[in-house]
Amino acid sequence: MTDFLTQYAYLIVPIIKIAILVFIVLTVDAYLTWIERKVIAHIQARWGPHRVGPHGLLQPLADGVKFIFKEDPLPANVDKVAYFLAPFLTLMLAITSLAVIPFGPQKFTVFGYETHVGIADVNISLLVLFAITALGVYGVALAGWASNNKYSLLGGLRSSAQMISYELTLTLSVVGVLLLAGDFSLRGIVEQQSSAQGLLTWNVFPQVIGFLCFYIAAIAETNRVPFDLPEAESELVAGFHTEYASMKFAMFFIAEYTSMITVSCLATLLFFGGWLSPFPASWWPFTQYLPSLMLIPFGLWVIYDGIRYENLFGRIMLPGVGTALTAVGAALIAFPALNGAIQGPFWFLAKVFTFLFVYIWMRGTLPRFRYDQLMSFGWKFLLPVSIANVVLTSIVILWRMY
Amino acid sequence: MTASLVIFLVLALLAIFAAVSLIVQRHPIHSALSLIVVMVALAGLYLLMGAEFVAAVQIIVYGGAIMVLFVFVIMLLNAEEEERTNFSKLATYAGVPLALAVAGFIAAAIAKSGGSLPAAEPSGTLTSTKTLSNLLFSDFVYPFELTSFLILVAILGAIVLAQREN
Repeated sequence: MTDFLTQYAYLIVPIIKIAILVFIVLTVDAYLTWIERKVIAHIQARWGPHRVGPHGLLQPLADGVKFIFKEDPLPANVDKVAYFLAPFLTLMLAITSLAVIPFGPQKFTVFGYETHVGIADVNISLLVLFAITALGVYGVALAGWASNNKYSLLGGLRSSAQMISYELTLTLSVVGVLLLAGDFSLRGIVEQQSSAQGLLTWNVFPQVIGFLCFYIAAIAETNRVPFDLPEAESELVAGFHTEYASMKFAMFFIAEYTSMITVSCLATLLFFGGWLSPFPASWWPFTQYLPSLMLIPFGLWVIYDGIRYENLFGRIMLPGVGTALTAVGAALIAFPALNGAIQGPFWFLAKVFTFLFVYIWMRGTLPRFRYDQLMSFGWKFLLPVSIANVVLTSIVILWRMY
Repeated sequence: MTASLVIFLVLALLAIFAAVSLIVQRHPIHSALSLIVVMVALAGLYLLMGAEFVAAVQIIVYGGAIMVLFVFVIMLLNAEEEERTNFSKLATYAGVPLALAVAGFIAAAIAKSGGSLPAAEPSGTLTSTKTLSNLLFSDFVYPFELTSFLILVAILGAIVLAQREN
């Protein structure tokens, strides 16, 4: 048995890693919908979901059950191949793009096979990511075209035009980072940002223009507010997914949230030092207890909130969750090896969730672009600025060389 | 059969089938989709030869940008299914002999090599991005600049065509 495992470890270990990552990502996607609804509700002075489970925490589960049991009608005169292909393609590409993202610095050995946190460590991971994103537009465009509905078609057309326009900026805005790093590998780009000074050597400081261009273009690429013209509900019913119901509709949503996660991971890796701690290395003895310092008070607060919750289920579930959080926090203090191992993933996740929060925050605050504003902003402002950023970065690098 | 040979056969067959389907399909969107499959299969073949940069660029530029434009235009013009017609006389008298001649040339070239074509050298160092860009900006800088000049001319032409109506 062990012989078999060691011999085929190069196949078995990645498959296990993929299964774990897909499970985690789908769970995070589900709870992102909960976070999004809660955050927007509080921005608009509402309560948001609060009926299913305590604080609406089981709402994603209820949504999932509803999606599975809904009727899935096939509209008349659709192009069947493209109609079925579109949601699968969108979801598949969105999840595949996570395969090249490294989540932490460690390497570990399973069954005598050395591996790392993340699925594939490719030396051109950034290019692979862009290649997958470039294909992502077909899902939306095909869905819009195949549905045999004018609103869907308009949504699909808008989406493909928007993606072509903003992909140029997206690619050009990271050239500055590539020039600084001299490496296409995301792992290499993060390692180049590490130093004893903590956050001072992150790419966001020399590349602040690049970062802003990247983030704006990335929001446009994921079709999120204020760039959600392909699914503008006030003009196009629901845009490209008007004719989709049930799980096929859910697939578009899962894909959208997964690409939000990918973009947040990419912004973290390229500009905000990935898994590196923002504090100088000399602070290490203190900052390594930060995860515990956050988990224990939060867990205690959840227990406190739970014991006075209005129904019995909440009075049982919330203190249970709180106890688990506190226990994890205490375990991190008790086992220094474990604490050291989660430092990288902790900082990585903290930054990624900050970006995801910004996404939701923008959805709660910004109005949608008008279509002509979208195009002129992309072509006449964002693209020239990102080209100027490349030129400026190259000049500074050359000037430092001589 | 080694793993790389199996992958090569799968990708090559995929590319050939998609290329045939590109011509056989009657709806322009289906043809465009087949062409995308050809591009992605070719990128896989490049990857198999260790040219990872070329593979990624193949998907980004051809699979992504160019084919998105194709699909966009087909969708915008709302192109309908093509009508089947009888072969035109030109296709029968010029096309068929030409196709046979090309097939003959390829067959002759393969036969001349004695059935053992030299395999492409799978090398990670030869085609790494750094080596490639060094070559591009030193030995091949004039062809490279000429290409960009050609693209500039094409862009200017597109602008002139678009401006004519105003």
